[in-house]
Amino acid sequence: MSTFIETFVGGLLAGTMYSLVAIGFVLIYKASGVFNFAQGSILLFAALTFVTLKEAGIPFAAALVMTILILIAGSVAIERLILRPLANRSPMTLFMATLGLSYIVEGGAQGLMGAQVHQLDLGIDDVPLFIGDVLISQFDLVAAVTAVVLVGILALFFNKTRIGISLRAIADDTRAALSIGINQNRILQIVWSVAGIVGLVAGMLWGARQGVQFSLSLVVLKALPVLIIGGFTSIGGAIAGGLIVGAAENLAETYIGPLIGGGTTSWFAYFLALVFLYIRPAGLFGERVIERV
Amino acid sequence: MSRTLRRAIFAALLAGSAAIASPVAQAGPGEQYVPLPTYRVGAYASSGTLWWAGELDYFRYINDVEGGIDGVKLAYEEFETEWSPDRTVEVYERVKDGKDGSPIAFFFTHGTPATYALIEKAAADKIPLIDPAGGRTESTDGTVFPYAFPLLFNYYSQASVGINFIAQKEGGFDKLKGKKIVTVYHDSAYGRETQPAIQLLAKKYGFENIQIPVADPGSEQSAQWRKVREIKPDWVFLRTWGVSTPVAIKTAARFGIPADHIIGDVWAGSEADVIPAGTAAKGYQALAPYPGGPNFDIHARLRKDILDAGKSNLQDPKFFGSVYYNIGLVNAVLAVEALRTGHAKFGNRPLNGEEGRWAFEHLVIDEARLKKIGFLGLLQPIKLSPYDHEGGGAARIQQWDGTKWVLETDWIQADRETLRPLIEAKSAAYAKEHGITPRDPSKEN
Amino acid sequence: MAVSSVATNTKAQLLSFSERRPRWGIALLLVTLLVIVPYFGSEYWLDAIIVPLLILSLAGLGLNLLTGYTGQTSLGSGGFMAVGAFSTFLFGIHAPFIPLPLALVGAGLIAAVVGLLFGLPSSRIKGFYLMVTSLAAQFFLEWVFLNFPWFYNYSSSGTVSLPHLALFSLDIGSTAGRYYLTVTIVIVLTWVAKNLLQSHVGRSWMAIRDMDTAAAVIGIPVHRYKNLAFAISSFYLGIAGALWAFAYLGSAGIQSFGINRSFQILFIIIIGGMGSIEGNFIGAAFISLLPLALDYVVQSVFAGHVDAGLLQNVQKAIFGFLIIWFLIKEPDGIARLIRNAKERIAVWPLRF
Repeated sequence: MSTFIETFVGGLLAGTMYSLVAIGFVLIYKASGVFNFAQGSILLFAALTFVTLKEAGIPFAAALVMTILILIAGSVAIERLILRPLANRSPMTLFMATLGLSYIVEGGAQGLMGAQVHQLDLGIDDVPLFIGDVLISQFDLVAAVTAVVLVGILALFFNKTRIGISLRAIADDTRAALSIGINQNRILQIVWSVAGIVGLVAGMLWGARQGVQFSLSLVVLKALPVLIIGGFTSIGGAIAGGLIVGAAENLAETYIGPLIGGGTTSWFAYFLALVFLYIRPAGLFGERVIERV
Repeated sequence: MSRTLRRAIFAALLAGSAAIASPVAQAGPGEQYVPLPTYRVGAYASSGTLWWAGELDYFRYINDVEGGIDGVKLAYEEFETEWSPDRTVEVYERVKDGKDGSPIAFFFTHGTPATYALIEKAAADKIPLIDPAGGRTESTDGTVFPYAFPLLFNYYSQASVGINFIAQKEGGFDKLKGKKIVTVYHDSAYGRETQPAIQLLAKKYGFENIQIPVADPGSEQSAQWRKVREIKPDWVFLRTWGVSTPVAIKTAARFGIPADHIIGDVWAGSEADVIPAGTAAKGYQALAPYPGGPNFDIHARLRKDILDAGKSNLQDPKFFGSVYYNIGLVNAVLAVEALRTGHAKFGNRPLNGEEGRWAFEHLVIDEARLKKIGFLGLLQPIKLSPYDHEGGGAARIQQWDGTKWVLETDWIQADRETLRPLIEAKSAAYAKEHGITPRDPSKEN
Repeated sequence: MAVSSVATNTKAQLLSFSERRPRWGIALLLVTLLVIVPYFGSEYWLDAIIVPLLILSLAGLGLNLLTGYTGQTSLGSGGFMAVGAFSTFLFGIHAPFIPLPLALVGAGLIAAVVGLLFGLPSSRIKGFYLMVTSLAAQFFLEWVFLNFPWFYNYSSSGTVSLPHLALFSLDIGSTAGRYYLTVTIVIVLTWVAKNLLQSHVGRSWMAIRDMDTAAAVIGIPVHRYKNLAFAISSFYLGIAGALWAFAYLGSAGIQSFGINRSFQILFIIIIGGMGSIEGNFIGAAFISLLPLALDYVVQSVFAGHVDAGLLQNVQKAIFGFLIIWFLIKEPDGIARLIRNAKERIAVWPLRF
């Protein structure tokens, strides 16, 4: 029984790591209807920039600030050079554009900062904590807390600040928002910057766990089932989806895996997403789309 | 851009592709062309860039300092493949006929999947595929695979050396009986390659062999290591690659598996594999047919003539002597010594594939020669033959002390006699499936 | 009015032009493909450039039927190609008496069934979310072909290869043989696709793509046609996969059919033009030739002066930039650009 609890809790915590990545996607999808495939590359780029600055001797806080500034600059560039020319195009076109963007960011990241693997020490020891008989990873716990704090900050941002409300207006009805004078371009720049910062946080945590290296950008593929289950437009959904995916994946690998030869982690989350889609095509917390002829 | 210009570009692309018959660098007359399919982009670039640096530095040393191999300089050239076997095949097709009058004597595949993809083509084109510490294990049997060389250390030998080291640590082979040895492996052909060998050795020595797969890319392994903790093994053999290695080491530490009872295989034993794991990796051991360290004789020579002279391919001199850099050095020296062997027989000129095969099959590097070329301790003494395309089968064990790799043992030999029947069974099966009659090397020159 | 008379003439011209085209245009194309190319092409060009280009175009065509014409987004192309490749291998191993063309058709049918299975969710799930089910297919198939050694006949390398390609005891393992095998199959299947798209099947597909609710309202059995699209698309992809493994590479493992392959095929149809047939060929040329051309140009200018790693990464960035640039300039793909050009020519010297 304690194995089950341990697997379950461990999975929940691991799932928050997925949620962190998914939140970045949700932000951009909410604001512009674009599934940003480049989020993974941006995550890698942010983490790599931070680590490179830190290794060059710049203190933690300063490196963090510099990275954030670079991300903001990047978001402005993306909005002007890619999003504006492609306004009003189909979601598929925008998706392909983000795919192209991911190549640019990856090539840029590795070209400028090298392909070497970097260690990222955030000062969080990955030692086990024992609650009774159940082993919990301290690192995962910190990650979970970070995720919750992040969600809290974002919730405040969206509900209480002017920019946040403008963002929701744009997401809700772009034309109406434009007609009352909300600057869509500025909002998009801000959203992409915030998504970049969220990506930085996620990248730092993932990097601390497995080293800052190219495979960081592959977390995108794990974020997709999380988004499906949680809904593309809900941040709370991203958390819920992450928890579900993390727990289910872990339980499946432990209990179903031995029956069929193991290695189920690559596809189990997707099958789960499929099942969810059957029941709720818009995800747990997503908006239902009503089709009209 | 006008529509005519767009169509013109498309037509130019198509026509231009016909013109891209050969790439850019020029091989001079009498130079041996050495194409290198490399990967400096993508997930594996971190290991790749150091590997090529080692190879290119040694080739440069041979060219600039020694004036070539018996006067024959090397014209080497890189081609990006992003570790994709499909792209390596395309590169192979591009270069297999050689360049500027020089044929190619061999083809480094730089990756086991690429070897799998090219084995039949290379056999048909008569070009030896060189894949040290990798490749298809059954190609050790040169009678069925004349053109594939899993040089130095095939996957079965890896398993055997791991077990032999464990026996050493436990105090004898008889102590292995009843012990639990878990193998955590990357769920791919690469990860599974050692399974038949370990099974055989488990039967021979009486230890329990448990295999646990990790799906690619292996960023999350709590489920696997939780299981390992339940099993409470005596030793863990880590057969992972890429990001799955540091994650494995870290997760193992989290679940209380001591790092000094985890042994990584060749491709899980570099700096890139342990640095991200931080303190969890202290005490972790790995098989080292290519030990790490910048203090072998060859490093002193390279430091003088290449590194300090600014001719090194390394972007960051801090990586001089790292495990992958040394892998590059060893790969390069094997090629150079093979060519030297070939020159002794065929004359001092560029060699072709068939001559390259002969050269590799008669490659002998003993301790005296190792001392002379500066590789004593870095490369094991090897002797190949048409029956034995591996030639070595030994590795040292190195341990990570938190900042660098420290060599723990001398060369530990694999139990090749026990493993040979397994290899021959597999090569016979391959021969049957593909209708190949094994050649009889005693009838050749 | 002058405009309307020009318009009528244009229409007539366009129609007659497209009717005349089959006669001399296609004939010319066939002669080029079947005679001129193999005669003049070097072994490297045929083996490593033209054959993969044709196979990728075929795969693109398969995906286009599903995504471009029926509007069902799919990222499972790699997996279905793998089904075709492994099925052909298994036919070769366990039933070697079946001649190669039949084996290929059989493999295609098996791929079609698998595609159909994974396409069933399309009855409930639409648009972007359908991409997820196709990704489920992709990752699941990747796992299946790795985990169950029966599929690759227990070989330790996990790769499959046909010992020799033979067509009714005629050895086609040579470069010319493989080229002819590929080009014949591509020509036949393209012809089939063209006819399919011009029939009621194609029209129903396009109706479903444009607005499936309306299509259902006017009586098109939407689910049936969606399933048909998945099946036929996977049939094409399966055959393309078999050709990729055996006519191009020689031996392939599941890595050749991973998620990157799926993305590559999707790229091909988007760049080339979704909803067009020529677009697949153009897109395949773009995707497979442009990196080579880029490499050639960059290397001839910069090689030896700049670190090779930096060069390669810069090329990757340039490739991404070109994709975005193309999307900005013409989102309907290069085929649309060419079609626009043709329409302009038809009314030249007037503007419209």
